[in-house]
Amino acid sequence: MQGFKPGGTGTTKMPGLEVIEQAFPNAIFPLGAVHEFICEGQEGSAASGGFIGGLLGLLMQETGACLWISTSRKLFPPALESFGAAPHRVIFADVDKEKDLLWATEEALKCEGLSAVITELRDITFAQSRRLQLAVEKSRVTSFIMRKDPARLSSTTSVARWKILPAPSVNEAGLPGVGFPHWQVELLKVRNGYPGCWEVTWSAGKFETQQKRSGALTIPLDGQRKTG
Amino acid sequence: MQKRFLSLWFPFLVSDWLCIRRPELKESAFVFAGLVRGRKIVSMASALAARKGITAKMTVADARALVPELDVFDEEPGREQRLLRALAKWCVRFSPFVAVDSPEGLFIDISGCTHLWGGEAAYLDDLLLRLSKPGYTVYGAIADTPGAAWAMVRCGRNKMIVESGSITEALLPLPPGALRLDHILIQRFAKLGLNRIADFISMPRSVLRRRFGESLLQRLAQTLGQEDEYLEPVVFPDPFHERLPCLEPIKTAVGIEVAVKKLLEMLCKRLKDEGVGLRKAILTVFRIDGKKIRTLIGTNRAVQSEEHIFKLFELKIPGIAPGMGIELFTLDAQQTEKMPLQNEALWKTGATIDDGEVASLLDRLACRIGSDRIRRYVPAEHFWPERSFRLAASIIEKPASNWAPERPRPVQLLNQPEKIEVTAPIPDYPPMLFRYKGQTHHISKADGPERIEREWWLESGEHRDYYHVEDKEGRRYWLFRSGHYRGDSGNQWFIHGFFA
Repeated sequence: MQGFKPGGTGTTKMPGLEVIEQAFPNAIFPLGAVHEFICEGQEGSAASGGFIGGLLGLLMQETGACLWISTSRKLFPPALESFGAAPHRVIFADVDKEKDLLWATEEALKCEGLSAVITELRDITFAQSRRLQLAVEKSRVTSFIMRKDPARLSSTTSVARWKILPAPSVNEAGLPGVGFPHWQVELLKVRNGYPGCWEVTWSAGKFETQQKRSGALTIPLDGQRKTG
Repeated sequence: MQKRFLSLWFPFLVSDWLCIRRPELKESAFVFAGLVRGRKIVSMASALAARKGITAKMTVADARALVPELDVFDEEPGREQRLLRALAKWCVRFSPFVAVDSPEGLFIDISGCTHLWGGEAAYLDDLLLRLSKPGYTVYGAIADTPGAAWAMVRCGRNKMIVESGSITEALLPLPPGALRLDHILIQRFAKLGLNRIADFISMPRSVLRRRFGESLLQRLAQTLGQEDEYLEPVVFPDPFHERLPCLEPIKTAVGIEVAVKKLLEMLCKRLKDEGVGLRKAILTVFRIDGKKIRTLIGTNRAVQSEEHIFKLFELKIPGIAPGMGIELFTLDAQQTEKMPLQNEALWKTGATIDDGEVASLLDRLACRIGSDRIRRYVPAEHFWPERSFRLAASIIEKPASNWAPERPRPVQLLNQPEKIEVTAPIPDYPPMLFRYKGQTHHISKADGPERIEREWWLESGEHRDYYHVEDKEGRRYWLFRSGHYRGDSGNQWFIHGFFA
């Protein structure tokens, strides 16, 4: 595709997600690209929100800021703190119309001062996603799109399509109650990479990727497949 | 050229002002009073009250004894100054140099202005007439020096214009108080029987200095014009206002863009020269058919950059209907702020929230979706979930306390808790299953209860016992029971959030 550049600079690593990174070209989590998350229902949105919160914590580090754009936001800001992202450095833009949503996203993606832009939307067409991709290529801002309508899945230019489903939590041996947040992370589509399925836990302030679920595609261990 | 000064005297400045605002007070005696060492002391009496013998520094009780139906108003410090400044601003139409003479007068330098009114007498008449029309009691006098004009307006009999070069003759019959002296000095003159300036003006200077001090000699010299007196003119800030008339009416969006760019070029140059930045600006277009269209923009921080302000207006240009055409554009900076000093970074060390780029992005977003739709939160010290955060006042506000992550909190929180049906085995135990939106969830793991009390000083109602539960599919929810267990009397269970 025109203007497509693989991966980042090769220095950014996502601690705890090394196994998933193997699925991406050159085994690098692509920053400065559009990631798509399929959210099924409130529970799916909550699971995606937690996973994205963990990613934001890694992206924003100590000073960064990000913009969260949505039409009907249910996110509870204090919860982001437990996923390592400072809630006071997240700016929320609550727009009325879906049209303004995409406009605001594109404007935000042109701004190099942001670490990431999160957009909650129902549907996005290929042409609209291409505009976002062009903006992202110039500014190298990472874009996360949460698609709330899994029934209508059109193809987009995004570099990865994720699906985060809640999974039974993991308890430490012998302890009662609800354990650490646990998700089934599916990578449905990866540009020049290998789709797969993993189990990820958020414990002690970082990701932990567990064994790959059976039935997922095999990935060459070196992860050095040449990109096209 | 001989300088000429006019002194204006408003003996009942504040009471006249109140009478103008409340005409029903014109017929009644009233005073302004304030607390001095625990006693209510009259600070100013109205014309009618003064005629009945009430003077300043009298206690309100004494004044009431004189006039039983006296109205008493609280004095407000600084009101006189504000009024005088406003009057000085009005007087600028008579002369560009107007100075405030506290507490109840103005000085106007009228050199070279009076011929426009056809002489000093006509000038003075016009000024006094215009001021007294709304209801001010005002006197004025013209002389070569401000001091002489001051003396004539307060102590002169009815000679209000002193011819050039004849100050001394005019001053001779006046009392020493006409020289703007301290009341201690005036008492000393009275004790010595020197009741008129003529009695001591010919005394040797050294004698006067020994008896009355340097200040008398200075005032005398200033009044007679032997020494210059420096007045401080009232300066009014020039508003940031630019206008652009058009020879041909403008009808196209491109034309409006060019006009806005031109106006911004002028405005931003002035902003840069004065070291201030724009916070709020209003663009007004005047159409041929007499209609005015206003467009308002605001920024998050002080801005001088032409391109940035233009981008904000650019978003609003489609909303300007030119109609038959636009003949005049005006641009006003309604709110400005001092520009903070900015250090250019040698290299970028990662993005921050107070970065200029983020602020300009938010300006653009605010222009389209409204500034109230852009929110940022800081923690608030409340346990009640809905109140545990509050809106940040500005983009740079730092959180005053930590976000409280001791207990797990859901990622998604419902705006309103929704009712659910539950089956709970025994009181204060987490439910076994619950029904939400027609779906039954069998609970496999649960934590709780976490009791959160309602803050009784804010609102009344039941406490909440929160349970963090997980169903068999691994979906995690935040449920609560409102109040204590009440057996089977009514449904008290709610779902409030979804955990990641």
